[in-house]
Amino acid sequence: MNTPAAPSAPAPVNLARRALIRRRHRFNTAMTVVSLAMTAAVLMTLGAILVTLFYNGIQAIRPSLFLESTPPPGSEGGLANAIFGSLVMTSIAVAIAAPVGIMAGTYLAEYARTSKLAETVRFINDVLLSAPSIIIGLFVYGVIVLSMGHFSAWAGIAALAIIAIPIIVRTTEDMLTLVPDSLREAGAALGTPRWKVITSISYRAAFQGIMTGVLLAVARVSGETAPLLFTALNNQFWSTDLNAPMANLPVVIFQFAMSPYEDWRRLAWGGALLITTAVLMLNIIARLSAKGKRA
Amino acid sequence: MTREALTASALGSSQRESLDGKAGMPEKIGVKNLDFHYGQFQALKDINISIPDRRVTAFIGPSGCGKSTLLRTLNRIYEMYPGQRASGEVIVDGENILKPGADLTELRTKIGMVFQKPTPFPMSIFENVAFGIRLYEKLSRSDLEERVHWALTRANLWDEVKDKLNVVGTGLSGGQQQRLCIARAVAVKPQILLMDEPASALDPISTAKLEELIEELREEYCIVIVTHNMQQAARASDYTAFMYLGELVEFDTSEKIFTNPSNVRTRDYVTGRFG
Repeated sequence: MNTPAAPSAPAPVNLARRALIRRRHRFNTAMTVVSLAMTAAVLMTLGAILVTLFYNGIQAIRPSLFLESTPPPGSEGGLANAIFGSLVMTSIAVAIAAPVGIMAGTYLAEYARTSKLAETVRFINDVLLSAPSIIIGLFVYGVIVLSMGHFSAWAGIAALAIIAIPIIVRTTEDMLTLVPDSLREAGAALGTPRWKVITSISYRAAFQGIMTGVLLAVARVSGETAPLLFTALNNQFWSTDLNAPMANLPVVIFQFAMSPYEDWRRLAWGGALLITTAVLMLNIIARLSAKGKRA
Repeated sequence: MTREALTASALGSSQRESLDGKAGMPEKIGVKNLDFHYGQFQALKDINISIPDRRVTAFIGPSGCGKSTLLRTLNRIYEMYPGQRASGEVIVDGENILKPGADLTELRTKIGMVFQKPTPFPMSIFENVAFGIRLYEKLSRSDLEERVHWALTRANLWDEVKDKLNVVGTGLSGGQQQRLCIARAVAVKPQILLMDEPASALDPISTAKLEELIEELREEYCIVIVTHNMQQAARASDYTAFMYLGELVEFDTSEKIFTNPSNVRTRDYVTGRFG
């Protein structure tokens, strides 16, 4: 294989190669600098948003923010009704979406990997996953709000659940697909019925991943504004009636931030800080639990 | 040589008699006219083999020859995947397990399986072994602990894990994980153990331990092992079946297969001339 190199003048070849290597080094350095600059630009944008949010929002954080309901312009108040509304609607929506999404994801990953039906469901789910949330708001407005004749928390919950389901379906399916088939075979070879292989082995192996998907769905829906504008709308007063319009942070922020009143705008900053902190925490928890899985 | 002639030479009546004579063991698994398809591809062609009880039978052959496929029909584990189908007869204890009405979960409690890659479940060592027991038996806590102890001892693993039974099984070394899987399989008291290249992911020392274990287990179980490693088949098995391109070329005592095979392809394979 190794033919001996021609003994005559190896030097020029080496020089050409050295120039090539130097050129590659320069190119490498240039690309590293450009990449770093771009990363810095992104981080600075994020940093600027967070700093502004924190600076303006922190001034609104006081006990009354959590204790009093949204005020009429010119008087003191808080966001208690909006915080409550957001918590209630988000939790009920996820409580509905999680079982539906997890079971649909299980069907796709465990029972119907290659069937035509599964391929169709998967495709539609992906479409739903990337559908603009305002479309989902309009859909729920048409189906629920118009037929009920008024805005309501239930309509808001429906819209949020419809946004959460495709996220949970997708992550559940992905996480179950990562569970090696050899584990399922080992379960089946012991005489384990199929449902038990899924509940005792697949779910256990994919538990953290599925939970991460649910947490990310919570994070996603807790900041949705457009679908709530068409469904739960808003409520100036403390209300626990799910059949009536319900206050919620995103819509309150939307309304207050565009108002001419100074104290409303301050409350909007406070609400924005609350949502951002909550979503950040959820993301961190999801990240940590995903990391725990690998360890 | 034609396939019919090969089959005849592999399973001729005189040979079967001599096998039974030497083995002194009744047939545990009988395979008759077995064909197997992955979709359009025929992976097994008219397999006939008689596997004795309380002996180790090895399937050898080059990659893709169908030895794993044959093993996977013996407990119908292939059925998990659509498009895979077997026709013919696989008779375990006088019953054809391929016939549609056969109860799979019951069959599989009788047949344990160990895979190429260790497959500990994502739970503690104790729970791994208890998993299969709990499926079919309601034991008191102390009886369950005793059974787990027995199974882990049987798999030569007890001494290494007795202080960490509550540790998750995936934390063990590869060889320990594989022995944990064997403990899990023997815990439900099967009569047959199927092993699909059980040592191929293990280092030589773990492999030696595993072979030692197989040697001990053969007194109680009918063991069928698929292996790539011919030395392993020669060392660990009583009978060896050589397969090639989906056909059973020769089946005889391991001694005969590795020293004086009747078929020229078997000879070429075991002497390392191909494959």
